[in-house]
Amino acid sequence: MAGSSDVIVVGGGLVGSAIAYGLAREGAKVTILDEGDVAFRASRGNFGLVWVQGKGDGMPDYASWTRRSKDLYQGFADGMLEHNGRDIELKQEGGLELCLGEDAYRENEDEIRRMHNQPGVGENDRRMIDAEEVRKIMPLVGPEVTGASFSPHDGHVNPLYLLHSLHAAARQLGARYVSGGKTLSIARDGDGFRAETEAGVFRSGKLVIAAGIANKWLAPMVGLDIPVNPNRGHILITERMQPVMPMLLVNARQTADGTINFGNSHEDAGYDTSISPAKLGEIARNVVRYFPILKNVRVVRTWSALRVMAPDGFPIYRESETAPGAFSISCHSGVTLAAAHALDLAPTILNGGFNDRFAAFSPERFNVSPAA
Amino acid sequence: MFRRLPEPRARAVHFTFEGEALTAHSGDSVAAALLGAGIGHSRTTPRSGTARAPYCMMGVCFECLIEIDGVANRQGCLVEVRDGMTVRRQQGAPGLPEDLADEGGK
Ligand SMILES: Cc1cc2nc3c(=O)[nH]c(=O)nc-3n(C[C@H](O)[C@H](O)[C@H](O)COP(=O)(O)OP(=O)(O)OC[C@H]3O[C@@H](n4cnc5c(N)ncnc54)[C@H](O)[C@@H]3O)c2cc1C
Ligand code: FES
Repeated sequence: MAGSSDVIVVGGGLVGSAIAYGLAREGAKVTILDEGDVAFRASRGNFGLVWVQGKGDGMPDYASWTRRSKDLYQGFADGMLEHNGRDIELKQEGGLELCLGEDAYRENEDEIRRMHNQPGVGENDRRMIDAEEVRKIMPLVGPEVTGASFSPHDGHVNPLYLLHSLHAAARQLGARYVSGGKTLSIARDGDGFRAETEAGVFRSGKLVIAAGIANKWLAPMVGLDIPVNPNRGHILITERMQPVMPMLLVNARQTADGTINFGNSHEDAGYDTSISPAKLGEIARNVVRYFPILKNVRVVRTWSALRVMAPDGFPIYRESETAPGAFSISCHSGVTLAAAHALDLAPTILNGGFNDRFAAFSPERFNVSPAA
Repeated sequence: MFRRLPEPRARAVHFTFEGEALTAHSGDSVAAALLGAGIGHSRTTPRSGTARAPYCMMGVCFECLIEIDGVANRQGCLVEVRDGMTVRRQQGAPGLPEDLADEGGK
């Protein structure tokens, strides 16, 4: 047997690593079992937003959970630095969703109204601003931009530095990271669990399944049904430029290095991660509608990656009832929620009461038969 | 630092770097022409301002970014040097070309 720990975390992406770091901070002995570069890995292909506005329309608990993570983020970033993590380039200076045309403007406005009536954080201080105000903030937007919604809570990080930082900080706190540890089976073993992997057999008291879209086939081994599916997104990266984008957008951000990243496409393409030239063209054409000025800027890299998506888009968290001590965690905004996962969700795993604390995120919500 | 192999069919190509007249061989990339002419560094980095020179010579490292005929951020190793080219050292990251910036303000 390759070793025994308090908690095994299956999956070393942003979700698993944030939880592992949080557990290690609490003094738990943690082993992270991570598949390898052949795996689908949203955490290596995402956009880097710590995004708040619009999150949780239809699920107030998700709105307040997102907001909590945002509020914890600066302390979370500083905490990782204390444990040999790295600077994740966190900026939380607010963000815009630009609207092209009147319909888009009304859609955002309606969303704000709907969320205003939700209990908890409501609309998260989100408000509409008109085209003139947008031009004051972003002089480079084109004539088709009719306005924007703005929230002061939106921000971004360098997502690869975040992943690296989580790994480094968790390791410094004693966590063990096993690469090439594709987990093949999980079973109860006495009071705890036993995971058979391509890197050997591991034992632990508790077990957290945080393997992205692979949760779908791993979670049933501990009696959980987690209906997550892949959702493909493309990202385009431009050449480096002087700062030209004074504020973060939901679909464009300029990094500390000067590149501009574009994205926010959503496609159901199964498990296919190939790049669709048609999609790239669509994203690029859209960008030029927002920013005609960028029409001659060169795109130097592009990729696609698969999001981890629940049928309703909200997180799914659950401790197994048939195998207590085994948890499944999935969400489609693992960057945004990393702070809450590390500082709030991880301690709840150790301290009990998980299903009460996270009742709203239970997969049981998918089993409710529709009202007649 | 670099010594050329004999290339019987090469012809001389004349271009300028930072205003200085230089000679390369036909078929050289801009990056090769600069290295051949003993140019120490061809750009500075946007973050720290440190000096960089072409490195991989095959289009992957982006260390050779340079301004060619007024267009910044070109990969010197992927562009063939031509008679009359104006090449300038790239200082950090470029801004938007000025004519475009004017257009955006309208
Ligand atoms: C294009 C795109 C843009 C995005 N933009 C944002 C954004 O701006 N903001 C935001 O908050 N979120 C964003 N996301 C979502 C975010 O990236 C994901 O929510 C997050 O990365 C999910 O992390 P994860 O750890 O659950 O999954 P993954 O990153 O997929 O990690 C799963 C890990 O599990 C491992 N694994 C799989 N199977 C096994 C197994 N059997 N045994 C052991 N290990 C296994 C894999 O090796 C992998 O490392 C974006 C996603 C995409 C694709
Ligand atoms: S020298 Fe590496 S890309 Fe040109």
